[in-house]
Amino acid sequence: MVDSQQLREYVPVLILAAVAIAFAFGTLALSVVVGKWANRSRRTGHSTRVKDIAYECGMIPVGDGSSRLSVKFYLVAMLFILFDIEVVFLYPWAVVYKSMLVDHANLIFGSMLTFLGILFVGYIYALKKRAFEWKS
Amino acid sequence: MTHLATITMSPWFAQADLDWKTFALWSVVKIVCVVGVLLFFVAYSVLAERKISAFIQDRLGPNRVALPLIGSIPVIGPFLTKLGFWQPMVDGLKSFLKEDFTPAHVRKVYFWLAPAITMIPAFLTVAVIPFGSTLGNQQMVIANLDVGILYTFGIVSLGVYGIVLAGYAANSKYPFLGGIRSSAQMISYEIAMGMSVIPVFMLVGNLNLNSVITYQTGHLFNWVLLPNWLVFKQPIAFLIFLVAAFAETNRMPFDMPECETELVGGYNTEYSSMKFALFFMGEYANMIASSAMMVTLFFGGWTLPWFGLDQPAGNFIGGVLHIGIFIAKMLAFMVFFIWVRWMVPRFRYDQLMNLGWQRFIPLALVNIVVTGAVLWLLAGH
Repeated sequence: MVDSQQLREYVPVLILAAVAIAFAFGTLALSVVVGKWANRSRRTGHSTRVKDIAYECGMIPVGDGSSRLSVKFYLVAMLFILFDIEVVFLYPWAVVYKSMLVDHANLIFGSMLTFLGILFVGYIYALKKRAFEWKS
Repeated sequence: MTHLATITMSPWFAQADLDWKTFALWSVVKIVCVVGVLLFFVAYSVLAERKISAFIQDRLGPNRVALPLIGSIPVIGPFLTKLGFWQPMVDGLKSFLKEDFTPAHVRKVYFWLAPAITMIPAFLTVAVIPFGSTLGNQQMVIANLDVGILYTFGIVSLGVYGIVLAGYAANSKYPFLGGIRSSAQMISYEIAMGMSVIPVFMLVGNLNLNSVITYQTGHLFNWVLLPNWLVFKQPIAFLIFLVAAFAETNRMPFDMPECETELVGGYNTEYSSMKFALFFMGEYANMIASSAMMVTLFFGGWTLPWFGLDQPAGNFIGGVLHIGIFIAKMLAFMVFFIWVRWMVPRFRYDQLMNLGWQRFIPLALVNIVVTGAVLWLLAGH
């Protein structure tokens, strides 16, 4: 059964999203139009070879723009997915914690300790494997 | 019988048929007001940043720009000019008037999308934040969602895309490094941030931000001087959230993505005119949103525990007062954000990642366990 009152609350979110999207893209579009108009007497819009190259402190760029990157960044991405999923699982538990303390106190406390304990063992494993070390 | 059937069968939006139009109308009014105020604060927090930094570094800051007519009003004109009051308007106009240039080497679609994708989540975050109690019969929150904080975290994580796309789209070395650094930094601190507020919701027992504020009414230990704010009950959670907010908004001790001394401008190096300004505005809008979030979660939102200001307002003046209290608290955080930027040197990247992964995540976990244990003991088992 869907709570219609709660569903209705998402309508303003959609309106706000529409306003935000309209604002962002409207500004971008307006900037092009006004920028063209304001610079109409100058020789803009022409792209010269120098104007088009990537900025590298005034030097001619060497090599490709996107170079290879350290494997550490991939490692961080993988750890993020693992830990973020664990954080998501913590929220429903946190919300019911207080009300469950009334009747099933030891159950909810014990399950918290178990879950966080397993999480912590995983964390210690990653730590011992030096996954968090940035100095190589 | 048929009548009953139509009621139960009708879709959710038709059930509240009577006040549907008023609801939509008031929503639009609230959204327009909030977005207007947000843009105003974005513009003037840039000015505040320049003025405060000038004060800290013993300079004058922007004090020249004057409008032709208003600038010549005897006392007020020169005063506003000295304050730099017209600077944000002129800066905004200038970004519009610049040539909107797209270099040939960029990935065009992403290059255009990135500034918009940075700006939109910054706007959307404010939807669930209660910025006042009531005004007339309207609740002063755009969307009173039951999933409140989850919505916020969901939207905040979208902010990563804008910066990463900008770094990738520019197809140039400095933006690329800035984008990569920033993605790793933001996702790392997102975990610390998400874990840090869990004790708060263990205490409140509800994800709705209005209930968080209701929880924070009254006094701590029934002692009249101390408000019952969660910052006193969960100081460690607040500390982690605060630092993570600095990292998420790419503010100074953690402004790795734009790190001027190393990366020129970071992810926005190749951008010009309004596309650059949108990144800038997005950063400040994010600061405002996270200030508002901290005020709501840890500093009692629109409430003050004295003079009955922690109850929903009964009249118009009370409602306006509550909005004023909220804005005052939020501005205090904004000043803090700016102050820290000019006081604390930048972290090194490995130090930043160590702080997030090796200090804050275990600390947040321990905080959850301690809070759970204390609640368990207090429940008398």
